[in-house]
Order: sequence, then structure tokens, then C-alpha cells
Amino acid sequence: MGENVVEVSEQTWDAEIVGSNKPVLVDFWAQWCAPCRIVAPVIEELAGEFSEKVKFAKLNVDDNPRIAGQFQVMSIPTFILFEKGEAKRRFMGAMPKERFVDELSEWLG
Amino acid sequence: MSNEYDVLIIGGGPAGLAAGLYAGRSMLKTRLFEKELIGGQASITDIIENYPGFPEGITGFELAEKMREQAQKFDVELDMNEVTSVDLIGALKKVTTPDGEYTAKAIIIASGVRPTKLDVPGAAALTGRGISYCATCDGPFFRDKRVMVIGGGNSAVEEAIYLTKFASKVTIVHRRDQLRAEKIVQDRAFKNEKVDFLLDSVLSGVSGENSVSAVTVKNVKTGEEKEVGVEGIFVFVGNIPNTELFTGALDMDEVGYVITDDALMASIPGIFAAGDVRKNNLKQVVWAAAEGALAAVSAEKFIETQG
Repeated sequence: MGENVVEVSEQTWDAEIVGSNKPVLVDFWAQWCAPCRIVAPVIEELAGEFSEKVKFAKLNVDDNPRIAGQFQVMSIPTFILFEKGEAKRRFMGAMPKERFVDELSEWLG
Repeated sequence: MSNEYDVLIIGGGPAGLAAGLYAGRSMLKTRLFEKELIGGQASITDIIENYPGFPEGITGFELAEKMREQAQKFDVELDMNEVTSVDLIGALKKVTTPDGEYTAKAIIIASGVRPTKLDVPGAAALTGRGISYCATCDGPFFRDKRVMVIGGGNSAVEEAIYLTKFASKVTIVHRRDQLRAEKIVQDRAFKNEKVDFLLDSVLSGVSGENSVSAVTVKNVKTGEEKEVGVEGIFVFVGNIPNTELFTGALDMDEVGYVITDDALMASIPGIFAAGDVRKNNLKQVVWAAAEGALAAVSAEKFIETQG
């Protein structure tokens, strides 16, 4: 994983997600999830392209089950856009890059 | 860089990757488009036990990776983009993606199928919140929970067995009085203590506040309905061919599977179909790979006759 996506955990959630000035896209993933591994480079690319407007983070659901549970993440990869820690928009599955761009652009307005 | 190719392949599952391997190895300039997952449906299969050469079985993900590597070794260009339109008529066929336009003398359609969605009241809102189409992706979320598997074919029964690694109980719900899965797969399910069955039954509703908590199961013979508490629902009730791009242009059956001749050529010269997307396909990786190979050989012959 490159340097554009910050790895978050239950310990750093408040500081990184709730306390973020920018909206955050969180990628809920796990080692055993093949589509997660496939989509990771796409997220890394997007993180570079959208770095001014959106912060990109990823959360390992195995290591952080409480947060995954709190947002009812039961299917991965799931992507949730947060503003001040509040879940605003959510989409699922490995999608082509264009679809992520559409989702993000639509949300950013 | 020129956007002119000999062969363009739509879809990067086993059929597309095998077609790529054969086309690439025949020195045809080849580009393959995949919008989602290299390996397609096979890549999310837990263990593939019936692909020759892997006596211990191999995970779908690993097999897909090996197929990709082998195709790329013969210079197949992989393009992780969605094909948005095609022009199949004429000597030079055209494929368009958000990033560009590509032309080729032949196109191999290997776009596969996607799972049929669960269409009952309550299902749409709970997809990804207990309703899943991928046991290998989502199984571990259901540790010590009760789950249901909908369907009676190979995928349904195999994935039900896989889910017993995590779930406390797995109930297979099937609309007929017998499963459709292969005998060896059925036997494993019958012997597994965690698996039980609701036959002659369909789901008629799903409920839950933020995630699935119960389903309504209807017996199709008696019409009787009952509520069962479950936290996960895994759906394997058939597939829809990914052929919307070709509707009206190619001959298809009533469901949308592409009809081809014995050389796998579709109703337009130079257009070939291979794998699950083709009518009469058996939906097995070995079958898809074989069809990919045949489609590539046929495409090569076709290109030669065009001079």
C-alpha cells in the first residue's frame, strides 16, 4: 500500500476520522478478501487524485470489529464517506475507477 | 501508442484470460478489458477442486492470479476499465471505454454473468448489511451466527459448506424438493452437522433494523409462511448474462446468452463469445478456459481469412 491512504484503527478513529477537517473515505477491508486486494491500488490512485478535497483511510475489519459493527459493515469491501465522523454515503464492492470518481464527484458537488 | 489491435477481449475471467493467453501466444496484438475483478466469478470462489492440474484444489483467487500472469507473459495488455459501447459491424470493430477508443479485427466477448439479486420486500435496503452474494468475501462477519443460503445449485451448496467454518448454523433454502448440486457436493452438505435444509421453500421477506435479523420463508407447496431468525443471507439463485452492450446487435436466447456456432463465432463475423456468457456453457472454470482457447484460435483463423 502506498502513502496516500492512512491506516486507521479503533485507537486512532477519533483523531483521524471524527477530527478530520476534510471529509474522509474509509475503505473497510480484510486480508482474506480478494476483491479488497484488487481494489486497493484503485483507492491508492484516487487518494492521490482527490488529495486536496478528500482524505482516504482504510480500516481492517478483523483488527477493529467494534467499528465495523458500529457501522453495520457486513460485506467488504465497503466504502463509507464520513464528515466529522458521521457516515454520509456508502457504497460496496470492487468497482471500476470511473464509478468511484462518479460517487466522489457527485458527493463533492 | 496506437489503439489498433488484432483482438480485443471483453471480460477478464477464465474465458477471457485463456483467450488472451492463446491470442497473445499466437503473436496477435491483444488487449483485454475488465471492469471489476480479474478472474471474474471464479476469483471469489473459495476452493476450486475440479480444475485439472491442482490435485489439492486451488483458491479461485490464486488460480485467477496465475491465469493473469500467464496471459501477461505473452504480452496481453490488461485494461481495468469498463467497456461503455461497442461497434461490431464492419471489418474494423470498435470498443469504447471512458479512457479511449480501440479497434480490432476480432472481438471476443467473455463478459460472463452476474448473480441474480434477491428480489423480496426488505432486501434492497439490507444488501451489504446481512445480505451477501459472496461467501468468501463476507463469511467471516458471521462467526457464531446463524445464516441462510438461498439456492440449491453447486454454488449454493458449496458456499454453504464453506460458511460452516464461521457460522453456528447454515440453513439451505431451496425452492424444489431436491438439490441441484453435484452428488459429491450434496453428500458433503448432508454429512455436515451444521447444515440443515428447508426444501420446497422460498424467501418471501427480509427484516431487520440496521442489519438482517429475520426472514420469512414460504413453503411453495402448502403456502405456509414462517419467520426464522437469521443474521446472514447468502444468495445463489442463478445468474444474468452481462450482454446488455450487445442487445439488438447479436443473436441471443430469450435470457440474453450469446448464441454462437461450433467455432464460437456469434451472429456477426469476427465476433466470438466464450465462457459463461455463451449459451449452452456449463459454468465451470475448465469449460470457460477451453472456450476461451477455442475462441482465440477461431479469431486467429478469421483474421487470416480477412488478409
